[in-house]
Amino acid sequence: MAKVVVVTSGKGGVGKTTSTAAIGAALAQTGAKVVVVDFDVGLRNLDLVMGAERRVVFDLINVIQGDARLHQALIRDKRLENLSILPASQTRDKDALTTDGVAKVIAELREKFDWVLCDSPAGIERGPAMAMHHADIAIVVTNPEVSSVRDSDRIIGLLDSKTERAQRGERVEKHLLLTRYDPARAARGDMLKVEDVLEILSIPLLGIIPESQEVLKASNVGVPVTLNNPETAPARAYQDAVRRLLGEKLEIVIPQERRSFVDRLFGRRVA
Amino acid sequence: MAFVVLPEAPLGPWLAVLRGQIDKAPGFFNARPVIVDFAHLSPGTEGVATLLTDIEALGITVIDVENIGEIPCAAPFRRHLLGGRPTGAVEIKPTVRPTPEAAGAAADAPAAGSLPVEPGATPGLIVEDHVRSGQSVLFPKGDVTVLGSVSSGAEILAGGSIHIYGALRGRALAGAQGFARARIFCRKLEAELVSIDGFYMTAEDMPAEMRGAAVQISLEGGRITIAHQR
Repeated sequence: MAKVVVVTSGKGGVGKTTSTAAIGAALAQTGAKVVVVDFDVGLRNLDLVMGAERRVVFDLINVIQGDARLHQALIRDKRLENLSILPASQTRDKDALTTDGVAKVIAELREKFDWVLCDSPAGIERGPAMAMHHADIAIVVTNPEVSSVRDSDRIIGLLDSKTERAQRGERVEKHLLLTRYDPARAARGDMLKVEDVLEILSIPLLGIIPESQEVLKASNVGVPVTLNNPETAPARAYQDAVRRLLGEKLEIVIPQERRSFVDRLFGRRVA
Repeated sequence: MAFVVLPEAPLGPWLAVLRGQIDKAPGFFNARPVIVDFAHLSPGTEGVATLLTDIEALGITVIDVENIGEIPCAAPFRRHLLGGRPTGAVEIKPTVRPTPEAAGAAADAPAAGSLPVEPGATPGLIVEDHVRSGQSVLFPKGDVTVLGSVSSGAEILAGGSIHIYGALRGRALAGAQGFARARIFCRKLEAELVSIDGFYMTAEDMPAEMRGAAVQISLEGGRITIAHQR
């Protein structure tokens, strides 16, 4: 039974697209058939982060409007053959996402794949509403700061009221993914504590992704961070998050960069 | 506290907007005195003659008009003043002179204090979950009980008391229809604003030692009072 997951946040710039790519790749590495769908019509990014931008011919809007068939628009990842991307259109806007069109595309994707990951645009308007509408599971991406937490709270409210599941009287399974977590700043008290975020949002924690240069490096070369360098702290954090998503009970730890022998020799303190 | 509405020509669309507003927040104008200011209208404005009747047809209680000048407008004032409460002497600015009718209306209003606007036998509303940012719960008929928390940016408006079993981080407006004996209870006070019977207190004015505490909030002599739960 295919699962539709929306990666959403309300606020922009918290790491939705990076997380979609990283989680999509890590899921595909388990052997499942995965598609990542960019819902950010007009401001598409997922193709860049996935390194597929030079192979985009048709996009989600073409499929919705019947100008192209779904299989023509799907781009297969070069590194993992069971991972595909459905890009957004850069020249259109969110009004092109029709309710019926999106429903049809999602239904078709459910038949072809085990996991359908929808990368939601920021905001609470049509784009995000369409991205979350068919979701079975929501990954709420939040930074440990007050504005991001409040926006995530708003999104959780919408997940509980506006989605197809909510309208049927069922619940969307919700998980919190805390991104851009900086252990040094947390220790100094410059950031919201994990417990505070969890208390306010009261949804289960899927993982904590540390702030890291590796994330930026990976998006610049167009490779999901989990594939680019699987040994880095953020990559391991995403892998753990995926194992939890698949039902494993793993203790939540905040991954740190592994320090080299020389670093350890000199005992350089990070925090 | 009376509202002043400022109708603008053309009146058809203006009334439609007002109607939309009422649909969105039913009970917003309930029993609130409204004054209609004609400053933006002229005697020739289409529909001006029936304006007050049209506004009252929306369930709004018009108590007076301002800047009416030469505008021909039938004034079907009902002038029910409900939920009055004792206040100190009010200094009336010389420009706003109560008309004879308005003075009569004030005399008709029941003496404040003898006005137990009880929520009646209406069963309360129970919200099983958290009230998230951006959501509002409006229940002008009675008490609201929330089993979860009320998030920052969420609001609860109740005709009666408000009971929150989690944290209150948003707004809670109790006794919204003029029920001064309403109270607000919460397990953890981190509210942005609390209000009882129109009196309010913002987070900035809340005593620091009450933040994070389990409290009950009541109205004592016209002041919002926050106390630890017993």
